[in-house]
Amino acid sequence: MIVRISGDRQFELPDADAERLNVLDNQAVEAVEAGDEARFSELWHEMLDLVGADGRAIDGDELVESDVILPPRDVTFEEARGEFTGEGLIPD
Amino acid sequence: MAGLSGRMSTVFKAKVSKLLDRTEDPGETLEYGYQKQIELLQNVKKGIADVVTSKKRIQMQSQKLEQQVVKLDTQARQALSQGKEELARTALERKTVAQSELQSLDQQVTELESQQAQLTEKEKVMRQKIEAFRTKKEVIKAQYSAAEAQVKISEAASGVGEEMADLGLAMQRAEEKTENMRARASAVDELEQAGAFDDITQLGPGQDDIDRELAELSSGSQVDDELSKMKAELGSGGGESPALEEGSREQQA
Repeated sequence: MIVRISGDRQFELPDADAERLNVLDNQAVEAVEAGDEARFSELWHEMLDLVGADGRAIDGDELVESDVILPPRDVTFEEARGEFTGEGLIPD
Repeated sequence: MAGLSGRMSTVFKAKVSKLLDRTEDPGETLEYGYQKQIELLQNVKKGIADVVTSKKRIQMQSQKLEQQVVKLDTQARQALSQGKEELARTALERKTVAQSELQSLDQQVTELESQQAQLTEKEKVMRQKIEAFRTKKEVIKAQYSAAEAQVKISEAASGVGEEMADLGLAMQRAEEKTENMRARASAVDELEQAGAFDDITQLGPGQDDIDRELAELSSGSQVDDELSKMKAELGSGGGESPALEEGSREQQA
């Protein structure tokens, strides 16, 4: 599975991580909806840590499309609140 | 990909696709549009330069404020040692406002530095990807049948296209941030022009409005605390304080 951190680079992760990432992603959105900044930040760092720990950084000369694109590393709670509340751009 | 319906990642994937739709076919751009590539990379360079300009401006503001903080602190001490408590309070109020601005400026510089590093890194990756695409395309053309080559080249082009779109996103974000900071910097300039950080020796009649505003802006308790700390420091010399007062009388004379 290819994961991009927006504004950063792409990583190759084992497919087995997809579900974990997905659960964290949806929990993070729930935290945003609940207005819980501390919880959001905790979950977001957990996601980044997962990508960092399991991911292999993709070289600049590899040309692949990502399966998953995550927000920028330094995404703020305000930005998250603006973008991820409700159903997002595409409902589940 | 099974079960990938994370909402944050969905939103970002959609953002990138949207940007990708707006750009021309990256394969075409890369194959025929040398000029386009140069434009793209020049845009990134310009974006980085904008970030650097904003950073320099904020750093200059920050240096000026630092000097004001030192000056106002000295003036507060002088005023207090001369027994002019109200003047000392005004100086400390101004110092508090300047300090809180300073803190926010420092934070902005840090943010801009990270934007600058991010864009610089992305520009490097973009160059690499463009080069890799050129090389790969030639290899694919030589090794595959025309139909297969078309598919492979378009796959590689999607990879480059995503990188371009993400670079576009990063630039948009940097632009928004620098714009916010520019607005903020202008607000500090206005405060400064209104005399919010002026040294108290420049206090003249008609400054009552600024003083009242400052008193509201700076938290009273912080100023009170600092004032009593300063008093304690000045008083701690014990026997020295009469001499100080005498000195101040001389200064006043």
